[in-house]
Amino acid sequence: MKSAVIVFPAANCDRDAKVALTQMTGQAPHMVWHQDSELPQVDLVVLPGGFSYGDYLRCGAMASQSAVMKAVKAHADKGGMVLGICNGFQVLTETGLLPGALMRNAGLKFICKPVALSVEETQNAFARHYEKGQEITIPVAHGEGNYYADDETLDRLEGEGRVVFRYKANPNGSARDIAGILNDKRNVMGMMPHPERVVDPVTGGTDGRALFQSLIETLS
Amino acid sequence: MKARVFVTLKTGVLDPQGKAIGHALNGLGFASVGEVRQGKVIDLELNETDEAKAKAEVKAMCDKLLANTVIEKYEIELKA
Repeated sequence: MKSAVIVFPAANCDRDAKVALTQMTGQAPHMVWHQDSELPQVDLVVLPGGFSYGDYLRCGAMASQSAVMKAVKAHADKGGMVLGICNGFQVLTETGLLPGALMRNAGLKFICKPVALSVEETQNAFARHYEKGQEITIPVAHGEGNYYADDETLDRLEGEGRVVFRYKANPNGSARDIAGILNDKRNVMGMMPHPERVVDPVTGGTDGRALFQSLIETLS
Repeated sequence: MKARVFVTLKTGVLDPQGKAIGHALNGLGFASVGEVRQGKVIDLELNETDEAKAKAEVKAMCDKLLANTVIEKYEIELKA
């Protein structure tokens, strides 16, 4: 599986994503600068966590207008896989690749801690190595992870099996405890928790490994 | 021409910052304060003298970048 990690100014999890992808796939991902308008030939594009462009205006708003995002959109339109983690999820909603928006946490505080998630859907490229209903622990680190969409959109996400992860104990006020969703073609996923931080027991857990294994199996 | 854009959360979208501001004002003794909603103001200087054109252009800016219309609404004020 060939992958790329987009590097935005003020992203800080691009290197975590690189380490996780290198460890899981056996080859280092391409690191693609935000001003590049072309992507290398890859199966998976990762939009990493962080604070792209200093979160100016709104989280992900500036990044969504960057040159590289046109290429990421084209990649997604062709059916290429895209994984947005944390700020990457915010970028995906701002570009319209995923529905809804991520708002300020209901408690107004930045939350940085491991959280329990339930795996809701496994019939997709991102979660097939989990079991449906499985409880996993993945850390979150965000101030704006409060997922919002109108009721009609939420009903559609649930009805179409596009809610992949839910919080067991909602930390941020997200609508219907949503932690991660798919687009309608199921090749784009955004999630607030950080699976790349839990692929090595050294950093406190391995519950993120199955996500990368799912992608590897799908794309190899 | 100058434009001032007001970006606020749509009615019905929870505004935790507004809530916190309301609580703080109540705590300061401003007992008359009910619901508080907050937002942002963006001032733009435009090289455009035609008001209709300016308005259309700023509206496009709002839809494309300045507001996230999933959760936010905006108002535009123009000054010569």
